[in-house]
Amino acid sequence: METAYNFKEVMSRPERLAPGHRMCAGCGGTVTVRSVLRALRPEDKAVVGNATGCLEVSTFMYPYTAYEDSYIHNAFENAGATLSGVETAYRVLKKKGKITENYKFITFGGDGGTYDIGFQSLSGAMERGHDMVYVCYDNGAYMNTGTQRSSATPQFADTTTTPAGKVSNGKVQIRKDLAAIMAEHHIPYVGQTTFTANFRDLHTKAEKAIYTPGAAFLNVMSPCPRGWGYDPSELMTICRLAVDTCYWPLYEVADGKWILSYEPRKKLPVEDFLRPQKRFQHLFKPGNEDLIGLFQAEVDRRWEELKKKCDM
Amino acid sequence: MAVRERLSGNEAVAYAIKQINPDVMPAFPITPSTEIPQYVANYIANGEIGTEFIHVESEHSAMSAAIGASAAGARTVTATSSCGMALMWEELYVAASDRLPVVLALVNRALTGPININADHSDSMGARDSGWIQIYAESNQEVYDNFLQAYPIAENAAVRLPVMICQDGFITSHGVENILLVEDEKAKEFVGEYCPEHYLLNEKEPMAVGPYAVSNYYMETKRAQREAMKNAKQVILETAEKFERMTGRKYGFFEEYRMEDAQYAVVVIGSAAGTCKAAVDKIRETTGKKAGLVKIRVFRPFPEEELAAALKGMKAIAVLDRSEMFSATSGPLGAEVRAALYGAKLEAEVVNYFYGLGGRDITVEDFERVYENLEEMAKTHVVKDMYAYIGLREGDRHGNSL
Repeated sequence: METAYNFKEVMSRPERLAPGHRMCAGCGGTVTVRSVLRALRPEDKAVVGNATGCLEVSTFMYPYTAYEDSYIHNAFENAGATLSGVETAYRVLKKKGKITENYKFITFGGDGGTYDIGFQSLSGAMERGHDMVYVCYDNGAYMNTGTQRSSATPQFADTTTTPAGKVSNGKVQIRKDLAAIMAEHHIPYVGQTTFTANFRDLHTKAEKAIYTPGAAFLNVMSPCPRGWGYDPSELMTICRLAVDTCYWPLYEVADGKWILSYEPRKKLPVEDFLRPQKRFQHLFKPGNEDLIGLFQAEVDRRWEELKKKCDM
Repeated sequence: MAVRERLSGNEAVAYAIKQINPDVMPAFPITPSTEIPQYVANYIANGEIGTEFIHVESEHSAMSAAIGASAAGARTVTATSSCGMALMWEELYVAASDRLPVVLALVNRALTGPININADHSDSMGARDSGWIQIYAESNQEVYDNFLQAYPIAENAAVRLPVMICQDGFITSHGVENILLVEDEKAKEFVGEYCPEHYLLNEKEPMAVGPYAVSNYYMETKRAQREAMKNAKQVILETAEKFERMTGRKYGFFEEYRMEDAQYAVVVIGSAAGTCKAAVDKIRETTGKKAGLVKIRVFRPFPEEELAAALKGMKAIAVLDRSEMFSATSGPLGAEVRAALYGAKLEAEVVNYFYGLGGRDITVEDFERVYENLEEMAKTHVVKDMYAYIGLREGDRHGNSL
């Protein structure tokens, strides 16, 4: 199923998310959508789903849609259930001979719509095994409403509902590990990825997720320049640092087998990832060194745990 | 030849679903509607229908999946009750504004709290502003007949609105009655094939559903829904006429029972109408007093003018509500009927009763007292309590309970 990755060929495929939408410059979410949709075979049709969020309000503002494919937005917490209905309709109508072409089903939700309010709907859709892909574009907070904390927000992040202040160091709790939770649903494919130099990792995982029969889940770290506080031009650098510090490991779980996709030759200290982001700037005030130490310990613990799962 | 059967209301709805053979049914269990998806699951398990069942993890997801399936071009059905409908709330509005002809078999049950599983209209009455067509039934026969008429109304190009077919929890849903079933082929032909004009899986034309619409556009979508609801009135009547030609059973916005020469009228929704009819007959037989009944079948769209015409000339009217809306004045039906009377400049004495909340029984004797009270009101032109209870343990605020 896996074909050799040809960067030039993949990048020259027709865009399925048309330009002219209203997403911010340097937004990771848009890059995620374009990259995932690029993994569709050009001859296949698709129905794209979407939870309420930045992506929805910026790409389908009446009367304009940025999608070349059929698209459905329903509400915030039900992208999983909604697309499961579309996919079921497809199976029936195909059986009845009312549809002849091949359709693929991909839905996008931010971390708020996926980790939190849409968690139940996602879990249900995955457990039922619909032939669909749920893609979480994880930017670690409710960005559409102005950077409120979600269960995907990393510990100590300064958000508008967990502001760093005189007696607060930002978010208290550590983040939920959603990709692992989805893997525990024992669905055929789970991938965690972000933007790497030539987009091979994201492309390959999206292709597997789309073309593995059954339910698949992709967790794509998709930085938000406004919420994270970095210069839009630094998007790729932020992603590289997330991966090289092992804050955001690249891995997949295919048919129950955990596979690490990338191990940095030299694991960088997590402060390299934290330092360029405004949301962590309070951690670098004198006297807060222990907080960075705590953050590092959590990254290390999860990295070791992941390596164990991957038999390394 | 029609088929004579003995079925519960839930079985009757499930049987109608079997005859229609819809494409997709997402549903979640809740008393007392649970049996409907169970019967359908059995039809599917035995290869009797081609419907795909989606075993959703909640009612919110049931309506969400129904919206997805319907938008994709599939004829879609679901069933629920009470809190299940409350959990669907947000999605009821989405289905209506997306103009999706989903049909929902609603088995009316009280909303929690306290938790109560019995007949009460608080679930559907609460959803009366969601943009769904609402059709109510007195009997198992009616709920079956209404269900067969649901898709022809919902899918009509001038309407394109979701429809809820309501029946009273346990009273009809679990009560077994003799019923006439339409032959399968005739039922199928009556409902027809679903051929949507625009849908997600249209290979020739992609479609986008569920936009973000700013102030420049939102108001027009609401106006369009209103127009569709107005159009639904005509379509509901045409569908009923067609149904009557097939079965001989006549339906309209409401049923008028012994209203030709009536002076005292009760307006009620659902199974209580059966009890009221018995009271009307008894009163007319024993006292000769001119009691009549208007049983509302279609609550959304609300047949305001037609209802006012039916109530013209009444000396006194009692409107009975099987749900509260906590305005501290009327119940939902009471408010709408009084508005209709006011619009038509009718000056009958009107009283609004709450009855049957959480499944409390209402008896023939209760209705007899209602008519006695109407007579008294007409004579004295005094309405002692505009908003009163029937069968309340403590009595109403005057210490009286009808």
